[in-house]
Amino acid sequence: MNAIEMVGISKYFPGVAANDRVDFSVSEGEIHALLGENGAGKSTLMSILFGLYDPDEGLIRIRGKEVRIRDPNHATALGIGMVHQHFKLVRNFTVTENIVLGLEPRTKTGNVDLGRAEKRVAELSERYGLSVDPRARIETIGVGMQQRVEILKILYRDADILIFDEPTAVLTPQEIDELMDILRLLRDEGKTIVLITHKLKEIKEAASRCTVLRRGKLVGVVDVSSTGEAEMAEMMVGRSVSFRLEKAPAKIGEVVLKIEDLTVLGSKGQPAVRGLSLEVRAGEVVGVAGVDGNGQSELVGAIAGLLPVKSGRILIKGKDISRIKIRDRIRAGLGLVPEDRQTHGLVLDFRLDENLVLKSFRDKPYCAPNSFLDFKAIASHAEYLIEQFDIRAGSGAATLAKSMSGGNQQKAVIAREIDLSSELLVVAQPTRGLDVGAIEYIHKRIIEERDKGRAVLLVSYELDEILNLCDRVAAVSKGIVVGVLDAAEADERRVGAMMAGMREGEHRAD
Amino acid sequence: MNIVQIKLRDRLLDAVTSSDALVSVFVVILGFLVGTALVALVGRNPADMYTAIIQVTTGWNLTRGVWNARYIGEWLVMSVPLILCGLSMAFAARAGLFNIGAEGQYIVGLTAAQFVALFGPRLPGFHWMLAVAAGLAAGALWGAIVGFLKAKYGVSEVVATIMMNYIAFFVSRYLTQLIPGANTYRTPAFPASGRLDGGFLQTITNGSRLNYGLYIAVFSVLFFWVIMEKTRFGYALRATGLNKEAARYGGINVSGSLTAAMAISGAFAGLAGAVVALGSFSYGRVLGGQDGYGFDGIAVALVGNSTALGTAIAGLLFGMLKSAQPLMQSRQIPKEITAIISGLVVVFISLRAGVRLLVEWRMKENARKGRTDE
Repeated sequence: MNAIEMVGISKYFPGVAANDRVDFSVSEGEIHALLGENGAGKSTLMSILFGLYDPDEGLIRIRGKEVRIRDPNHATALGIGMVHQHFKLVRNFTVTENIVLGLEPRTKTGNVDLGRAEKRVAELSERYGLSVDPRARIETIGVGMQQRVEILKILYRDADILIFDEPTAVLTPQEIDELMDILRLLRDEGKTIVLITHKLKEIKEAASRCTVLRRGKLVGVVDVSSTGEAEMAEMMVGRSVSFRLEKAPAKIGEVVLKIEDLTVLGSKGQPAVRGLSLEVRAGEVVGVAGVDGNGQSELVGAIAGLLPVKSGRILIKGKDISRIKIRDRIRAGLGLVPEDRQTHGLVLDFRLDENLVLKSFRDKPYCAPNSFLDFKAIASHAEYLIEQFDIRAGSGAATLAKSMSGGNQQKAVIAREIDLSSELLVVAQPTRGLDVGAIEYIHKRIIEERDKGRAVLLVSYELDEILNLCDRVAAVSKGIVVGVLDAAEADERRVGAMMAGMREGEHRAD
Repeated sequence: MNIVQIKLRDRLLDAVTSSDALVSVFVVILGFLVGTALVALVGRNPADMYTAIIQVTTGWNLTRGVWNARYIGEWLVMSVPLILCGLSMAFAARAGLFNIGAEGQYIVGLTAAQFVALFGPRLPGFHWMLAVAAGLAAGALWGAIVGFLKAKYGVSEVVATIMMNYIAFFVSRYLTQLIPGANTYRTPAFPASGRLDGGFLQTITNGSRLNYGLYIAVFSVLFFWVIMEKTRFGYALRATGLNKEAARYGGINVSGSLTAAMAISGAFAGLAGAVVALGSFSYGRVLGGQDGYGFDGIAVALVGNSTALGTAIAGLLFGMLKSAQPLMQSRQIPKEITAIISGLVVVFISLRAGVRLLVEWRMKENARKGRTDE
C-alpha cells in the first residue's frame, strides 16, 4: 500500500506556480528521495504534506484514506513528522525536555514526570541506534546529535512517515554516513522516509526510488539502483551537466593575503575565530572547508570590516587592514562577496546600476569632486558589467534589484566585487540557493580570476564546491585551521576528518 | 460585470498600484469622496465644501462672484510650515529614521528665532535673516542630538524625539517668560527689522500674511531634491535607509549618515518654527500648547511618499484643508470635516500594504488562469 499519495497537487504563489499538477507517491517502508534544484517546488510539496500550506488543487491520501491536512498538528496526528533543515530546539533544555515539549507526561500531582519521559526517550534511542543521552543539554551536544534529537522528537510522537528536509546540509561527511545508517535502520523498523535533497550521492546511497521535480513540475519517478547519477542530474536540470570543472594548473605568485593569529568574537561574545592563521597567494584559490558555524562567518566579517578584530592581523600585500575603515579596505583592492546577498550584498530597493556602485559611488568617475553623482557614468558602468557577466535584468541598468532572480542577483554582486578586487577576492557561499547553470557560470568566473593572477579565498559549506575549485584546502573546526591540504591530496575523507576536528594521523575517538 | 468592465477595472487597478505617487492620488480622491458623503450625511450641501475649497485655492467666491487674492496668500501661509515639517519627516524617513520630533525641533527653532528677533542687531534686511538662521541652527542641533544618541548608543529615535518634544516645549516656555516685559502668553513686539517681511508677495495677495517664508519653502524643496537624489551624500542616506547592513558593508559611515540626516531633518522643522514666529506673529509667543505642525508633517510626508515634490504637493493639500475650515464653518459645514478628510487620507495611505496584497492575489489568479489557458 502507498503510505503517501499526492495526486495533481498545484500551489500558486504570486507570479509562479510552485507546484503544477504534481503527483507524488511513496510506498510503505521505503526510502523515497525527492530531488530538485532550489526553487523546483520540493519544499512547497512537503509543506503541503505537513499541513503548512493548503494546496490550490489536488488531493492527498495517507495510507489510502483521503485527507485534508489542516495544520502541522493534524499532520502529526496522522503520523507524519518532519525533521527541518534548521533545528527547532531550546538550547538550554535537556534532550528529554526538548522532546516532550508540549506533550509533557504528568505525575498524579500534576508535575512533569521527566523520569518517565527519559525512560521512553532512552528506549527509542536504543531501538533506532541513535545513542542519544536523554539528560544532555542541547548546547553541549554537536549538530549531528541535535539532528538525532529532532528525529527522536517525531518518533516520540509516534510518527511513521518521516520527512527529512535537506538533512545533510549541516553535517560533516562522517556524520552523513552515520545518518544514512540511521535512515536504513528506521526503514528496516517499518518507517516510511521521504528524503528531500539535491545531492545525488546520498540518494544513490540510501533511497530506493526517486521523484524528480523541475520548475514546479513532475519530471519523473526513477528506480535508483538502475539509474545513473548523470541521468538523474540531467532530469533535475533539464540538460546534461558536467561535474568536473576544467582548469589549468595554478601559476602561483607572491603572498597576497596573510592572516596571523586572528581572533574574532561571535555574536554571543564567545571567541568564534580562535587564533586562525592562513595564507593565500596570487594565482591560487584557497578554500575554507568546514561545517556551518565553525567561525567562517566571523572570519569573513572580520576581513570585510563588519566585525571588530579582537587580536591578530590581516595583511593584504604586507599592509595590515584589520583595523582600518571598510572604505579603505575597498580601496586597498579587497573584493568580497558576502555570505548573504540580500542582507549585505545588495540594497534590494535600489536599481541594478545603483547597486553596482555600492562600494565605489563616492569615487571617480561615478562622483564628481563637487560630490554630485554622474548618473551617465553609473549607468554605462552597469551596462558594461551586465554584458561582461551576462546578468539578466528585465529593464537593464534600471531594473530594481529585488525584481531579479537569485542567480542574477548573485551575478551582480560577483560582477561588482570582481570589478573591485584588484588584489584579493574573498567569496563566501557564492552559489547557495542557485541553480546548476548559475553555479557553473560562477565557478568559471572564479577560476578566471585565479588565472588572471588574483588571490582568491573561497569559504563554502559545500565540500564538493571546495574540492572542485580550490588549489589548496584549509579545513576549519571551532575557529581554527586544523590543516591545509593541496588539491591533489585533498579528498572527501581526509578533509571531512579534519572538519570534524581531527588532525592528520589522528583517529576518531568514538 | 461584463468583460469590458472587468478589463477596465483591471486596467485601473494596474495603473493605481503601479507607482506610489498614483496610490497617493487615488487615496486623496477616496478621502474626498468619503468626506463628501459625510457632509451629505449631516444634512449639508457638499457643493458648499467644494466652493470653500475653490475660494481658498483660487480666490474666487463663486456664490457672490467676487475675487480676492488674499485667500490664496493665506492658503500658502498655512502651507509653508506644513511643507517644511513634511520635509523634516521625509528626510529622516529616507534615511530609515522615524522622526516624531519635528514638533520639538519646530519649537526650538521658533524660540531661537524669537530671541534673535528681539535681541539681535537691528540691521534692516539682515536681522530677520539672522533670526531665521538661528531657528534653522537650533532645529538642526535638536535633531542632531537624537541622531547622535541613535548612532552612538542605539537609543530609539522614536522615544528620544518624543522626550525632546517635551523638553523643547517647557524650556521654550521658561526661557521666553524670562524676557523683560513678557507676560504668561507673549513678549513685547518684535522690531520691524526682525520680522519676516511680505513685501511684494503681500501686495499681490491683497494684504495677506504671505511672506518670504514661501521662498524658504521653495528653496527647501529644491535643496531636499538635489541633496537626496543627486549627490553621493544622498546616495549614502538612501542606502542606509533601505538596508543599513548593506550600506555598512559598502563602506558607508552609517552613524555619520544617521546623525547628519537627523540634523538636516531638524533644520527643516526649525525653519518652519522660525517662519511661523517671524512671519505670522508680530511678537514672541509663550507657547500655551503645541502648534501641531510637526505632527501634521508626519501625515504630509506619508502622503507625499517622502519625496521632495510629493511632500510639497501634500503640504499644499493639507494647507488647503486647514485654511478652508473658517469658510466652511461660515457655510454651516462642521469644520471637523476637513480634519476627518486628512485623517482618512492618512488611514488609506497606511492601507497601501493592503492594496499590495490585492495585487499579489491578482497575480496569483493570473498565474492560475495562464496555466489553464495552456
